[in-house]
Amino acid sequence: MEFDVNSPILFILSGIVIAAVLAQSVFFLVKAWKRGREIGMTPGKLKKIAVTAAIFTIAPAVAIVIGVITLSKDLGVPLPWLRLSVVGSLSYETIAATNAENAMGLTFGSVTNLTASQYVTIATVMTISIMVGIWLVPLVAKKVLGGMISLEKRDKKWAEIFSNSMFIGMIAAFLGFIFSDVSNIFKGSTAGLIPVCIMAISALVMCLAGLAVKKFKYHWISDYALPASLVLGMASAIPITAWLG
Amino acid sequence: MNTKYMDRVHKWGKVWNFSMLGIMLMFPIAAGVIFKALPDSKGLILGLIATAPMYWAVGIIETFTYIPMLGAGGSYLSFVTGNISNLKLPCALNALEQAGANANSEEGEVVSTIAIAVSSIVTTLIIILGVILITPLTPILQSPVLQPAFAQLIPALFGGLGVVFISKNWKISIAPAVLMLVLFIFLPALNAGTVGIMVPVSVLFTLAVSRFMYKKGMLD
Repeated sequence: MEFDVNSPILFILSGIVIAAVLAQSVFFLVKAWKRGREIGMTPGKLKKIAVTAAIFTIAPAVAIVIGVITLSKDLGVPLPWLRLSVVGSLSYETIAATNAENAMGLTFGSVTNLTASQYVTIATVMTISIMVGIWLVPLVAKKVLGGMISLEKRDKKWAEIFSNSMFIGMIAAFLGFIFSDVSNIFKGSTAGLIPVCIMAISALVMCLAGLAVKKFKYHWISDYALPASLVLGMASAIPITAWLG
Repeated sequence: MNTKYMDRVHKWGKVWNFSMLGIMLMFPIAAGVIFKALPDSKGLILGLIATAPMYWAVGIIETFTYIPMLGAGGSYLSFVTGNISNLKLPCALNALEQAGANANSEEGEVVSTIAIAVSSIVTTLIIILGVILITPLTPILQSPVLQPAFAQLIPALFGGLGVVFISKNWKISIAPAVLMLVLFIFLPALNAGTVGIMVPVSVLFTLAVSRFMYKKGMLD
Protein backbone atom coordinates (compact mmCIF):
# COMPACT_ATOMS: atom_id res chain seq x y z
CA MET A 1 0.00 0.00 0.00
CA GLU A 2 1.34 3.44 -0.93
CA PHE A 3 2.04 5.62 2.11
CA ASP A 4 0.26 8.90 2.72
CA VAL A 5 0.06 10.80 6.04
CA ASN A 6 -3.70 11.06 5.50
CA SER A 7 -4.22 7.47 4.34
CA PRO A 8 -7.72 6.13 5.19
CA ILE A 9 -6.15 3.14 6.99
CA LEU A 10 -4.40 5.55 9.41
CA PHE A 11 -7.78 7.18 10.14
CA ILE A 12 -9.16 3.70 10.90
CA LEU A 13 -6.24 2.85 13.22
CA SER A 14 -6.62 6.17 15.10
CA GLY A 15 -10.39 5.65 15.22
CA ILE A 16 -9.96 2.23 16.88
CA VAL A 17 -7.73 3.63 19.65
CA ILE A 18 -10.01 6.64 20.20
CA ALA A 19 -13.09 4.38 20.35
CA ALA A 20 -11.35 2.38 23.11
CA VAL A 21 -10.66 5.60 25.06
CA LEU A 22 -14.28 6.65 24.62
CA ALA A 23 -15.39 3.23 25.89
CA GLN A 24 -13.20 3.61 29.01
CA SER A 25 -14.71 7.05 29.74
CA VAL A 26 -18.27 5.72 29.31
CA PHE A 27 -17.45 2.70 31.53
CA PHE A 28 -16.16 4.86 34.40
CA LEU A 29 -19.04 7.33 33.97
CA VAL A 30 -21.65 4.55 34.29
CA LYS A 31 -19.91 2.95 37.30
CA ALA A 32 -19.53 6.30 39.14
CA TRP A 33 -23.12 7.27 38.33
CA LYS A 34 -24.42 3.97 39.75
CA ARG A 35 -22.27 4.35 42.87
CA GLY A 36 -23.50 7.92 43.28
CA ARG A 37 -27.10 6.68 43.27
CA GLU A 38 -26.21 3.92 45.79
CA ILE A 39 -24.73 6.42 48.27
CA GLY A 40 -27.81 8.62 48.03
CA MET A 41 -26.91 11.26 45.44
CA THR A 42 -30.00 12.37 43.51
CA PRO A 43 -30.21 12.02 39.71
CA GLY A 44 -30.60 15.82 39.57
CA LYS A 45 -27.32 16.38 41.41
CA LEU A 46 -25.48 13.87 39.22
CA LYS A 47 -26.93 15.39 36.06
CA LYS A 48 -25.85 18.86 37.20
CA ILE A 49 -22.26 17.67 37.68
CA ALA A 50 -22.26 16.15 34.18
CA VAL A 51 -23.83 19.18 32.45
CA THR A 52 -21.48 21.65 34.16
CA ALA A 53 -18.45 19.52 33.20
CA ALA A 54 -19.66 19.31 29.59
CA ILE A 55 -20.18 23.07 29.27
CA PHE A 56 -16.84 23.82 30.93
CA THR A 57 -15.03 21.50 28.48
CA ILE A 58 -16.21 23.10 25.22
CA ALA A 59 -13.76 26.04 24.98
CA PRO A 60 -10.61 24.07 26.01
CA ALA A 61 -11.64 21.26 23.61
CA VAL A 62 -11.86 23.73 20.70
CA ALA A 63 -8.33 24.87 21.63
CA ILE A 64 -7.24 21.22 21.31
CA VAL A 65 -8.80 21.09 17.79
CA ILE A 66 -6.51 24.01 16.90
CA GLY A 67 -3.60 21.87 18.13
CA VAL A 68 -4.69 19.09 15.75
CA ILE A 69 -4.77 21.59 12.86
CA THR A 70 -1.29 22.93 13.79
CA LEU A 71 0.33 19.49 13.93
CA SER A 72 -1.54 18.21 10.85
CA LYS A 73 0.57 20.42 8.58
CA ASP A 74 3.57 18.13 9.13
CA LEU A 75 2.01 14.88 10.24
CA GLY A 76 -1.37 14.69 8.46
CA VAL A 77 -4.62 14.48 10.43
CA PRO A 78 -4.79 10.90 11.88
CA LEU A 79 -1.66 11.01 14.09
CA PRO A 80 -2.34 14.45 15.72
CA TRP A 81 -6.01 13.42 16.11
CA LEU A 82 -4.87 10.33 18.00
CA ARG A 83 -2.09 11.99 20.01
CA LEU A 84 -4.28 14.88 21.20
CA SER A 85 -7.25 12.60 22.01
CA VAL A 86 -5.13 10.15 24.01
CA VAL A 87 -2.71 11.38 26.72
CA GLY A 88 -1.02 14.16 24.78
CA SER A 89 -1.19 17.91 24.84
CA LEU A 90 -0.14 20.36 22.11
CA SER A 91 3.02 21.57 23.85
CA TYR A 92 4.23 18.02 24.55
CA GLU A 93 3.40 16.62 21.12
CA THR A 94 5.03 19.56 19.36
CA ILE A 95 8.28 19.00 21.28
CA ALA A 96 8.18 15.23 20.73
CA ALA A 97 7.50 15.62 16.98
CA THR A 98 10.19 18.33 16.66
CA ASN A 99 12.81 16.14 18.43
CA ALA A 100 11.96 13.12 16.27
CA GLU A 101 12.02 15.19 13.05
CA ASN A 102 15.30 16.92 14.00
CA ALA A 103 16.89 13.53 14.68
CA MET A 104 16.14 12.62 11.03
CA GLY A 105 17.39 15.95 9.67
CA LEU A 106 13.90 17.41 9.15
CA THR A 107 12.60 20.78 10.35
CA PHE A 108 9.29 20.96 12.22
CA GLY A 109 6.71 23.10 10.41
CA SER A 110 8.26 22.70 6.96
CA VAL A 111 7.95 18.98 6.28
CA THR A 112 6.05 18.18 3.12
CA ASN A 113 6.47 14.53 2.15
CA LEU A 114 7.17 12.19 5.04
CA THR A 115 8.21 8.65 4.14
CA ALA A 116 6.50 5.72 5.90
CA SER A 117 9.70 5.02 7.86
CA GLN A 118 9.95 8.63 9.06
CA TYR A 119 6.25 8.59 10.00
CA VAL A 120 6.57 5.36 12.00
CA THR A 121 9.65 6.79 13.75
CA ILE A 122 7.83 9.98 14.78
CA ALA A 123 4.73 8.05 15.91
CA THR A 124 6.88 5.66 17.99
CA VAL A 125 8.83 8.49 19.68
CA MET A 126 5.60 10.36 20.48
CA THR A 127 3.88 7.23 21.82
CA ILE A 128 6.68 5.76 23.94
CA SER A 129 7.71 9.07 25.50
CA ILE A 130 4.24 9.96 26.78
CA MET A 131 3.22 6.62 28.26
CA VAL A 132 4.52 6.86 31.84
CA GLY A 133 1.26 7.84 33.54
CA ILE A 134 -0.80 5.09 31.86
CA TRP A 135 1.22 2.24 33.44
CA LEU A 136 2.40 4.02 36.57
CA VAL A 137 -1.09 4.99 37.82
CA PRO A 138 -2.27 1.35 38.06
CA LEU A 139 0.91 0.49 39.97
CA VAL A 140 0.80 3.29 42.56
CA ALA A 141 -2.72 4.78 42.72
CA LYS A 142 -4.04 2.38 45.37
CA LYS A 143 -1.08 3.04 47.66
CA VAL A 144 -1.12 6.83 47.20
CA LEU A 145 -4.89 7.10 47.74
CA GLY A 146 -4.71 4.61 50.63
CA GLY A 147 -2.28 7.04 52.25
CA MET A 148 -4.79 9.85 51.80
CA ILE A 149 -7.57 7.75 53.40
CA SER A 150 -5.45 6.84 56.44
CA LEU A 151 -4.44 10.50 56.76
CA GLU A 152 -8.16 11.38 56.78
CA LYS A 153 -8.76 8.81 59.56
CA ARG A 154 -5.82 10.06 61.65
CA ASP A 155 -6.46 13.80 61.40
CA LYS A 156 -9.53 14.94 59.44
CA LYS A 157 -8.73 18.64 59.61
CA TRP A 158 -5.14 18.21 58.41
CA ALA A 159 -6.34 15.90 55.60
CA GLU A 160 -8.65 18.68 54.39
CA ILE A 161 -5.86 21.27 54.59
CA PHE A 162 -3.56 18.79 52.80
CA SER A 163 -5.99 18.49 49.85
CA ASN A 164 -6.55 22.24 49.65
CA SER A 165 -2.78 22.83 49.81
CA MET A 166 -2.25 20.58 46.79
CA PHE A 167 -4.88 22.50 44.81
CA ILE A 168 -3.44 25.86 45.90
CA GLY A 169 0.09 24.70 45.04
CA MET A 170 -0.99 23.90 41.49
CA ILE A 171 -2.89 27.18 41.09
CA ALA A 172 0.11 29.16 42.46
CA ALA A 173 2.44 27.59 39.87
CA PHE A 174 0.12 28.64 37.03
CA LEU A 175 -0.28 32.09 38.60
CA GLY A 176 3.51 32.49 38.45
CA PHE A 177 3.52 31.29 34.83
CA ILE A 178 0.92 33.93 33.87
CA PHE A 179 3.32 36.64 35.15
CA SER A 180 6.43 35.06 33.56
CA ASP A 181 6.83 37.65 30.76
CA VAL A 182 5.90 40.73 32.80
CA SER A 183 9.56 41.78 33.19
CA ASN A 184 9.71 42.35 29.40
CA ILE A 185 8.01 45.66 30.12
CA PHE A 186 11.48 46.99 31.08
CA LYS A 187 12.61 46.12 27.55
CA GLY A 188 9.73 48.17 26.11
CA SER A 189 7.35 45.26 25.35
CA THR A 190 3.90 45.31 26.92
CA ALA A 191 2.94 41.89 25.50
CA GLY A 192 3.82 40.24 28.83
CA LEU A 193 0.90 42.06 30.42
CA ILE A 194 -1.64 40.37 28.10
CA PRO A 195 -2.06 37.14 30.15
CA VAL A 196 -2.12 39.17 33.39
CA CYS A 197 -4.99 41.37 32.11
CA ILE A 198 -6.91 38.32 30.86
CA MET A 199 -6.48 36.58 34.20
CA ALA A 200 -7.74 39.76 35.94
CA ILE A 201 -10.85 39.88 33.73
CA SER A 202 -11.58 36.19 34.29
CA ALA A 203 -11.15 36.72 38.06
CA LEU A 204 -13.43 39.78 37.92
CA VAL A 205 -16.17 37.80 36.14
CA MET A 206 -15.91 35.13 38.84
CA CYS A 207 -16.13 37.80 41.60
CA LEU A 208 -19.23 39.35 39.99
CA ALA A 209 -20.83 35.91 39.70
CA GLY A 210 -20.09 35.27 43.38
CA LEU A 211 -21.62 38.63 44.26
CA ALA A 212 -24.77 37.87 42.23
CA VAL A 213 -25.15 34.55 44.06
CA LYS A 214 -24.60 36.04 47.53
CA LYS A 215 -26.47 39.36 47.24
CA PHE A 216 -29.29 38.51 44.84
CA LYS A 217 -29.57 34.75 45.52
CA TYR A 218 -29.13 33.87 41.82
CA HIS A 219 -27.86 30.39 42.70
CA TRP A 220 -28.06 29.09 39.11
CA ILE A 221 -25.23 31.47 38.19
CA SER A 222 -22.74 29.47 40.27
CA ASP A 223 -23.17 26.47 37.90
CA TYR A 224 -21.97 28.51 34.94
CA ALA A 225 -19.56 30.90 36.67
CA LEU A 226 -16.32 29.07 35.76
CA PRO A 227 -17.24 28.38 32.09
CA ALA A 228 -18.40 32.03 31.81
CA SER A 229 -15.18 33.43 33.34
CA LEU A 230 -13.19 31.18 30.99
CA VAL A 231 -15.02 32.20 27.80
CA LEU A 232 -15.21 35.92 28.67
CA GLY A 233 -11.52 35.87 29.64
CA MET A 234 -10.65 34.25 26.30
CA ALA A 235 -12.88 36.71 24.40
CA SER A 236 -11.20 39.65 26.15
CA ALA A 237 -7.86 38.38 24.77
CA ILE A 238 -8.89 39.62 21.32
CA PRO A 239 -9.05 43.40 22.13
CA ILE A 240 -6.33 43.17 24.83
CA THR A 241 -3.86 41.53 22.41
CA ALA A 242 -4.67 44.16 19.79
CA TRP A 243 -3.98 46.84 22.42
CA LEU A 244 -0.87 45.48 24.19
CA GLY A 245 0.54 43.00 21.68
CA MET B 1 -15.08 5.60 52.30
CA ASN B 2 -16.34 2.19 51.09
CA THR B 3 -13.15 0.22 50.43
CA LYS B 4 -15.00 -2.47 48.45
CA TYR B 5 -16.06 0.10 45.84
CA MET B 6 -12.58 1.62 45.79
CA ASP B 7 -11.01 -1.83 45.36
CA ARG B 8 -13.26 -2.41 42.36
CA VAL B 9 -12.27 0.97 40.85
CA HIS B 10 -8.58 0.04 41.17
CA LYS B 11 -9.25 -3.37 39.58
CA TRP B 12 -11.13 -1.80 36.64
CA GLY B 13 -8.45 0.87 36.31
CA LYS B 14 -5.64 -1.70 36.09
CA VAL B 15 -7.46 -3.69 33.39
CA TRP B 16 -8.37 -0.59 31.36
CA ASN B 17 -5.02 1.20 31.61
CA PHE B 18 -2.84 -1.81 30.80
CA SER B 19 -5.18 -2.62 27.88
CA MET B 20 -4.91 0.99 26.67
CA LEU B 21 -1.12 0.72 26.86
CA GLY B 22 -1.24 -2.18 24.40
CA ILE B 23 -3.82 -0.51 22.14
CA MET B 24 -1.78 2.72 22.00
CA LEU B 25 1.40 0.86 21.01
CA MET B 26 -0.63 -0.82 18.27
CA PHE B 27 -0.73 2.39 16.19
CA PRO B 28 2.97 2.74 15.28
CA ILE B 29 3.37 -1.07 15.02
CA ALA B 30 0.32 -1.48 12.75
CA ALA B 31 1.34 1.52 10.61
CA GLY B 32 4.80 -0.05 10.20
CA VAL B 33 3.37 -3.47 9.24
CA ILE B 34 0.75 -2.06 6.82
CA PHE B 35 3.22 0.21 5.00
CA LYS B 36 6.09 -2.30 5.34
CA ALA B 37 8.29 0.30 7.02
CA LEU B 38 10.71 -0.02 9.91
CA PRO B 39 11.50 3.00 12.09
CA ASP B 40 14.63 4.94 11.15
CA SER B 41 16.97 3.53 13.84
CA LYS B 42 19.10 6.68 14.19
CA GLY B 43 16.02 8.93 14.27
CA LEU B 44 14.29 6.65 16.77
CA ILE B 45 17.24 6.48 19.19
CA LEU B 46 18.11 10.19 18.98
CA GLY B 47 14.43 11.20 19.11
CA LEU B 48 13.84 9.07 22.20
CA ILE B 49 17.02 10.30 23.92
CA ALA B 50 15.95 13.92 23.30
CA THR B 51 12.36 13.37 24.45
CA ALA B 52 11.79 10.36 26.68
CA PRO B 53 14.05 10.97 29.74
CA MET B 54 12.60 14.45 30.33
CA TYR B 55 8.99 13.37 29.81
CA TRP B 56 9.39 10.18 31.84
CA ALA B 57 10.81 12.18 34.75
CA VAL B 58 8.01 14.75 34.51
CA GLY B 59 5.47 11.93 34.04
CA ILE B 60 6.57 10.17 37.24
CA ILE B 61 6.42 13.40 39.29
CA GLU B 62 3.05 14.36 37.75
CA THR B 63 1.61 10.95 38.55
CA PHE B 64 2.37 11.25 42.27
CA THR B 65 1.27 14.93 42.33
CA TYR B 66 -2.04 14.56 40.53
CA ILE B 67 -3.37 11.22 41.87
CA PRO B 68 -4.42 12.65 45.29
CA MET B 69 -6.18 15.56 43.53
CA LEU B 70 -7.93 13.51 40.83
CA GLY B 71 -9.10 10.55 42.93
CA ALA B 72 -8.98 6.91 41.76
CA GLY B 73 -11.40 6.83 38.79
CA GLY B 74 -10.33 10.33 37.76
CA SER B 75 -6.64 9.32 37.76
CA TYR B 76 -7.12 6.19 35.65
CA LEU B 77 -9.09 8.21 33.09
CA SER B 78 -7.01 11.41 33.12
CA PHE B 79 -3.68 9.68 32.56
CA VAL B 80 -5.17 8.01 29.47
CA THR B 81 -7.02 11.00 28.03
CA GLY B 82 -4.41 13.68 28.87
CA ASN B 83 -4.73 17.47 29.14
CA ILE B 84 -4.75 17.16 32.95
CA SER B 85 -3.69 20.57 34.27
CA ASN B 86 -5.39 22.59 31.52
CA LEU B 87 -8.72 20.73 31.51
CA LYS B 88 -9.39 17.58 33.56
CA LEU B 89 -8.18 18.78 36.97
CA PRO B 90 -9.84 22.25 36.80
CA CYS B 91 -13.02 20.49 35.65
CA ALA B 92 -12.89 18.09 38.63
CA LEU B 93 -12.10 20.93 41.06
CA ASN B 94 -15.05 22.94 39.79
CA ALA B 95 -17.36 19.93 40.11
CA LEU B 96 -16.20 19.23 43.70
CA GLU B 97 -16.73 22.89 44.56
CA GLN B 98 -20.23 22.96 43.00
CA ALA B 99 -21.23 19.73 44.74
CA GLY B 100 -19.70 20.81 48.06
CA ALA B 101 -17.96 17.44 48.24
CA ASN B 102 -14.74 16.59 50.11
CA ALA B 103 -12.08 15.33 47.65
CA ASN B 104 -11.17 12.47 50.02
CA SER B 105 -14.76 11.24 50.51
CA GLU B 106 -16.61 8.66 48.43
CA GLU B 107 -18.94 11.38 47.17
CA GLY B 108 -15.85 13.32 46.07
CA GLU B 109 -14.58 10.23 44.24
CA VAL B 110 -17.92 9.88 42.41
CA VAL B 111 -18.11 13.61 41.58
CA SER B 112 -14.57 13.88 40.18
CA THR B 113 -14.92 10.64 38.18
CA ILE B 114 -18.20 11.81 36.58
CA ALA B 115 -16.74 15.27 35.79
CA ILE B 116 -13.56 13.84 34.25
CA ALA B 117 -15.42 11.11 32.32
CA VAL B 118 -17.90 13.62 30.85
CA SER B 119 -15.06 16.04 30.07
CA SER B 120 -13.14 13.25 28.29
CA ILE B 121 -16.20 12.21 26.27
CA VAL B 122 -17.04 15.79 25.26
CA THR B 123 -13.40 16.52 24.34
CA THR B 124 -13.17 13.37 22.22
CA LEU B 125 -16.44 14.17 20.42
CA ILE B 126 -15.45 17.80 19.75
CA ILE B 127 -12.08 16.68 18.35
CA ILE B 128 -13.89 14.15 16.10
CA LEU B 129 -16.17 16.95 14.90
CA GLY B 130 -13.11 19.16 14.36
CA VAL B 131 -11.40 16.42 12.31
CA ILE B 132 -14.52 15.89 10.16
CA LEU B 133 -14.89 19.65 9.59
CA ILE B 134 -11.16 20.39 9.44
CA THR B 135 -11.27 22.00 5.98
CA PRO B 136 -13.98 24.64 6.68
CA LEU B 137 -12.81 25.11 10.32
CA THR B 138 -9.11 25.75 9.68
CA PRO B 139 -9.43 29.31 8.30
CA ILE B 140 -11.89 30.23 11.08
CA LEU B 141 -9.98 28.80 14.06
CA GLN B 142 -6.63 30.00 12.75
CA SER B 143 -7.87 33.46 11.76
CA PRO B 144 -5.72 36.28 13.20
CA VAL B 145 -8.83 37.65 14.98
CA LEU B 146 -9.60 34.47 16.96
CA GLN B 147 -6.05 33.21 17.52
CA PRO B 148 -5.32 35.37 20.61
CA ALA B 149 -8.41 33.97 22.36
CA PHE B 150 -7.21 30.36 22.12
CA ALA B 151 -3.61 31.33 22.90
CA GLN B 152 -4.75 32.68 26.29
CA LEU B 153 -6.65 29.66 27.60
CA ILE B 154 -4.51 29.24 30.75
CA PRO B 155 -4.87 32.81 32.14
CA ALA B 156 -8.62 32.77 31.37
CA LEU B 157 -8.96 29.44 33.18
CA PHE B 158 -6.83 30.13 36.23
CA GLY B 159 -8.22 33.64 36.83
CA GLY B 160 -11.67 32.30 37.67
CA LEU B 161 -10.42 29.13 39.36
CA GLY B 162 -7.88 31.10 41.41
CA VAL B 163 -10.54 33.42 42.83
CA VAL B 164 -12.61 30.49 44.08
CA PHE B 165 -9.80 28.58 45.76
CA ILE B 166 -7.57 31.44 46.94
CA SER B 167 -10.51 33.30 48.54
CA LYS B 168 -11.39 30.17 50.54
CA ASN B 169 -7.79 29.32 51.48
CA TRP B 170 -6.12 32.73 51.49
CA LYS B 171 -3.95 32.02 54.54
CA ILE B 172 -2.15 29.12 52.86
CA SER B 173 -2.13 30.84 49.44
CA ILE B 174 0.04 33.86 50.20
CA ALA B 175 3.46 32.15 50.56
CA PRO B 176 3.25 29.88 47.45
CA ALA B 177 1.76 32.69 45.33
CA VAL B 178 4.58 35.08 46.29
CA LEU B 179 7.28 32.42 45.76
CA MET B 180 5.96 31.41 42.33
CA LEU B 181 5.54 35.04 41.22
CA VAL B 182 9.13 35.88 42.23
CA LEU B 183 10.54 32.73 40.58
CA PHE B 184 8.62 33.09 37.31
CA ILE B 185 9.21 36.84 36.99
CA PHE B 186 12.95 36.79 37.77
CA LEU B 187 14.08 33.43 36.35
CA PRO B 188 13.93 33.56 32.53
CA ALA B 189 14.24 29.75 32.35
CA LEU B 190 10.74 29.41 33.83
CA ASN B 191 8.12 29.62 31.08
CA ALA B 192 5.34 27.63 29.37
CA GLY B 193 7.68 24.68 28.88
CA THR B 194 8.70 24.42 32.53
CA VAL B 195 5.42 25.20 34.34
CA GLY B 196 4.66 21.45 34.54
CA ILE B 197 7.87 20.89 36.49
CA MET B 198 7.06 23.79 38.83
CA VAL B 199 3.64 22.38 39.83
CA PRO B 200 5.11 19.66 42.11
CA VAL B 201 7.64 22.17 43.50
CA SER B 202 4.84 24.57 44.36
CA VAL B 203 2.65 21.78 45.79
CA LEU B 204 5.46 20.55 48.09
CA PHE B 205 6.22 24.11 49.22
CA THR B 206 2.54 24.79 49.96
CA LEU B 207 2.24 21.54 51.93
CA ALA B 208 5.30 22.47 54.02
CA VAL B 209 3.98 25.99 54.73
CA SER B 210 0.50 24.65 55.55
CA ARG B 211 1.92 22.02 57.91
CA PHE B 212 3.94 24.67 59.71
CA MET B 213 0.91 27.00 60.01
CA TYR B 214 -1.33 24.11 61.11
CA LYS B 215 1.12 23.03 63.84
CA LYS B 216 1.43 26.64 65.04
CA GLY B 217 -2.38 26.93 65.26
CA MET B 218 -2.51 29.59 62.54
CA LEU B 219 -5.23 27.81 60.56
CA ASP B 220 -7.84 27.49 63.32
